[in-house]
Amino acid sequence: MIRLDDVTKIFPGQKTPAVKNLNMEIPEGCVCALIGPSGCGKTTTLKMINRLYEPTGGTIYINGQDVSKMDPIELRLGIGYVIQEIGLFPHLTVEDNVATVPREKKWPKDTIRQNTEEMLRLVGLEPKEFKKRYPSALSGGQRQRVGVARALAADPPILLMDEPFGAVDPITRTRLQNEFLRIQEQMQKTIAFVTHDIDEAIKMADNIAVMQEGSLVQYATPGELLSQPVDEFVAKLVGSDRSIKRLHLIRCREILKKPAGFLRAGTPLEEVRKEIENSKIRIVLIVDGDNMPQGIISAGDLEQRTGRVAGDILREIPDYITGDATLRDAFSMMLEYGQSHVVVTDKNDGCQGYITLGDLLEVMKDDDAF
Amino acid sequence: MTPSKPLRWMLVPLALIIVACLLVGYALKYPTDSLVARLITISNVNKALKEHLGLVFVSMLVAVFTGIAFGIIISRPIFYVFGRVIENVVNLGQTVPSLAILALFYSVLGLGFNVAVFALWLYSILPVLRNTYAGIKNITPDVIEAAKGMGMNPWHILTRIELPIAAPIILAGIRTAIVINVGAATLATFIGAGGLGDFIVTGLSVRRNLVVFTGAGLAAITAIFFDYLVGLVEEHLVHW
Ligand SMILES: Nc1ncnc2c1ncn2[C@@H]1O[C@H](COP(=O)(O)OP(=O)(O)OP(=O)(O)O)[C@@H](O)[C@H]1O
Ligand SMILES: [Mg+2]
Repeated sequence: MIRLDDVTKIFPGQKTPAVKNLNMEIPEGCVCALIGPSGCGKTTTLKMINRLYEPTGGTIYINGQDVSKMDPIELRLGIGYVIQEIGLFPHLTVEDNVATVPREKKWPKDTIRQNTEEMLRLVGLEPKEFKKRYPSALSGGQRQRVGVARALAADPPILLMDEPFGAVDPITRTRLQNEFLRIQEQMQKTIAFVTHDIDEAIKMADNIAVMQEGSLVQYATPGELLSQPVDEFVAKLVGSDRSIKRLHLIRCREILKKPAGFLRAGTPLEEVRKEIENSKIRIVLIVDGDNMPQGIISAGDLEQRTGRVAGDILREIPDYITGDATLRDAFSMMLEYGQSHVVVTDKNDGCQGYITLGDLLEVMKDDDAF
Repeated sequence: MTPSKPLRWMLVPLALIIVACLLVGYALKYPTDSLVARLITISNVNKALKEHLGLVFVSMLVAVFTGIAFGIIISRPIFYVFGRVIENVVNLGQTVPSLAILALFYSVLGLGFNVAVFALWLYSILPVLRNTYAGIKNITPDVIEAAKGMGMNPWHILTRIELPIAAPIILAGIRTAIVINVGAATLATFIGAGGLGDFIVTGLSVRRNLVVFTGAGLAAITAIFFDYLVGLVEEHLVHW
């Protein structure tokens, strides 16, 4: 748990405080997003938590302990930190960059090596290809991901991330976000992260702190922020398409439907028809031997298309979504491929079910779902 | 076919050694008169070279260690103002001619090897110190901040981050220092510390150009030789 108690920071020689009487609590295992215009004090707030800056007023507690009374190095070793400017060490390979904190903690060499590869995979960088490179040979987005891997490497219970995915392309970003949500579910880390992307904040955070000119304007759950913005500023920040943003609040796995059956491409059409008639659900999914989705067949397709086996008439699935993705991601995918359904698949367990556009509309109508 | 790496590295030093041998060989074989023949003998060349290298080696060794140490100290944030002052003093010191420094020490400390080493040390510590300071100060602050923010202790930040990143600039300083040092060491003869300067000064006083040329040539070759060696180290150390 992180608690900021009336924290103020005035930089030497400046009149206006960079952070003003900040009161905020991030419960254990929760994700808090800091959002607000440039220069509003987000970075300053993070840096006071790991004592890169000392507050000029107020107290910060971590698990009830006043951080100003803790040894700064001990404190920081327990906090993963992603700096806004990335700050990779230019003279060290990707591998050595990621191993920084584990080495500081004197982990055994073998453990470090395995852990490094795991971390790189986690952020979507193939270790074989990337671990021996120097930061100068990486793209901006790749550097940023190495920065995140480096912060995660020693498995710290607390994470401070300053715009961790800012330079990553939207597709990779969505993937990283979903991956992050998945591991966060298991790890239950206490996380504070800065973002300029309200969608990211709504999707990732349990609580959102909206800051303006050093003050906390609103501190609320994403749902509250969307339904009750405290003032004009917050309302503008969340934007006019609030109902679409709300789709971020629900994960695909929560509303996905099971099809009438998971069938192989070789199944005769009569059998497909039987499955659909028996279960009243008007869709079947066609999967391969690894239970990965190959296509989808609806009752309508059975009428309109002709063939002998399921494989002849299935609609192919251009891409699928994981159960950790949000309905907003599902919606984007439907728009992208011009289809009224998406298939939900987990990397390990294979095909889970499907979501249709109708389901989304249903959810949006029903305000209680949020 | 390009020669393999070690061979390529050896090429320049080998060439320099051959040139030095040719130079000495020529002077030995074709002395312009008996005086030259008496001055340039294998044992004289050996002795002068040994003295010269001794001066350079000892003074450089001390200069590198003290220069880097002082550079590190004045680059610490608490010495901010102090660091700037030292930097300027160092730059100024660099403009004082080496002969003047030697003359100064001669009048204060007297003659001999130790005095020569001391003067050479003082003269070659300057580039090392200045480059260490500049190399550390030039590191982008976010790299240091990241290291600090992740919980690295100050000693590790210095030894694993700051010094390795500043290494190319520090090495460049050492190269400058070594070239200056080898050159300035020819003046050690004035305070009785020997070295290749013996040839130059004696040669000048008896007006035998070949003798002057042998001393100056060997000094120049020595300077290039060490400059190249440190350059190799630099190339080896920096892969990013
Ligand atoms: N080291 C510093 N010394 C003096 N002033 C500073 C320092 N760091 C930040 N400030 C000032 O404090 C204010 C808040 O800065 P901060 O870096 O926290 O903003 P931010 O919310 O992170 O902005 P951005 O979104 O652009 O990163 C700014 O007005 C900035 O100029
Ligand atoms: Mg910032």
